[in-house]
Amino acid sequence: MTLYLFYFLSFLAVLSALMVVVSKNPVHSVLYLIMTFFAIAGHYVLLNAQFLAAVHVIVYAGAIMVLFLYVIMMLNLNADTEPQKGKWLRVAATVAGGILMVVLVGALRSAADTLPVTAHDNQIGMIKNLGKVLYKDFMLPFEISSILFLVAMVGAVMLGKKEIK
Amino acid sequence: MNTNSLPSDFLPILLQFFVALGFVIFVMLATHLLGPKRKAKAKLETFECGIESKGNARIPFSIKYFLVAILFVLFDVEVIFMYPWAVNFKELGLTGIWEMLVFMGLLLTGFYYIIKKGALKWE
Repeated sequence: MTLYLFYFLSFLAVLSALMVVVSKNPVHSVLYLIMTFFAIAGHYVLLNAQFLAAVHVIVYAGAIMVLFLYVIMMLNLNADTEPQKGKWLRVAATVAGGILMVVLVGALRSAADTLPVTAHDNQIGMIKNLGKVLYKDFMLPFEISSILFLVAMVGAVMLGKKEIK
Repeated sequence: MNTNSLPSDFLPILLQFFVALGFVIFVMLATHLLGPKRKAKAKLETFECGIESKGNARIPFSIKYFLVAILFVLFDVEVIFMYPWAVNFKELGLTGIWEMLVFMGLLLTGFYYIIKKGALKWE
């Protein structure tokens, strides 16, 4: 049952991710991206990381996608202003994407050998265990993340806000 | 409380998800099948309170909406960090409180900056 669910979710994730790239309408791309996020949230549930699944749906499918839609609405997408992409740009993009894929495949191949095969606690992804690890062992990265938020806030205000005269 | 939880516990949620999706698909199909179809030009036109519509929906709009949205996302993520903290509140003890106070302090500094800059003012 779990195996079939895994295959179904993987198929859904890969298919909708491909549709994000392939579909011509950017709004459709965003909708397919939401579908990808939901499929990945399903994977988290299968891995018993339920808090992560809920957060993934709330933050990515809820908030980040709204931002994506905003960006798309801010672009001028009328057909006549669509920039024409040259042949060489396409060739360069294909080469760059291919190189990225080679790097990813290489990294994943070597990762499969180094992964430790140990029996692990299947409750490791629960919110309580996650909180214990996050607030005891990873205290410093947690505090640093708040500085990251601060930087993001200041950056957004600096870019998006005109100076008051 | 049973703390041992498994992916199969999510079966009711999956079921609910399919019921919600199925309802939407059913209603959309039903309206197409049951409703009358009139394809006159006046029927297919965009209706906007009787005022004739100009141009299309693809007009650039104010960056201020985006600013509010991105600030919302930041504080949204901040609140999510408080869930695992609240669950472990008693076990973490005083350390946990100080930890969260530093975290919140830095974020509230950011909030103070936003208010002072008037980033949420709409002019």
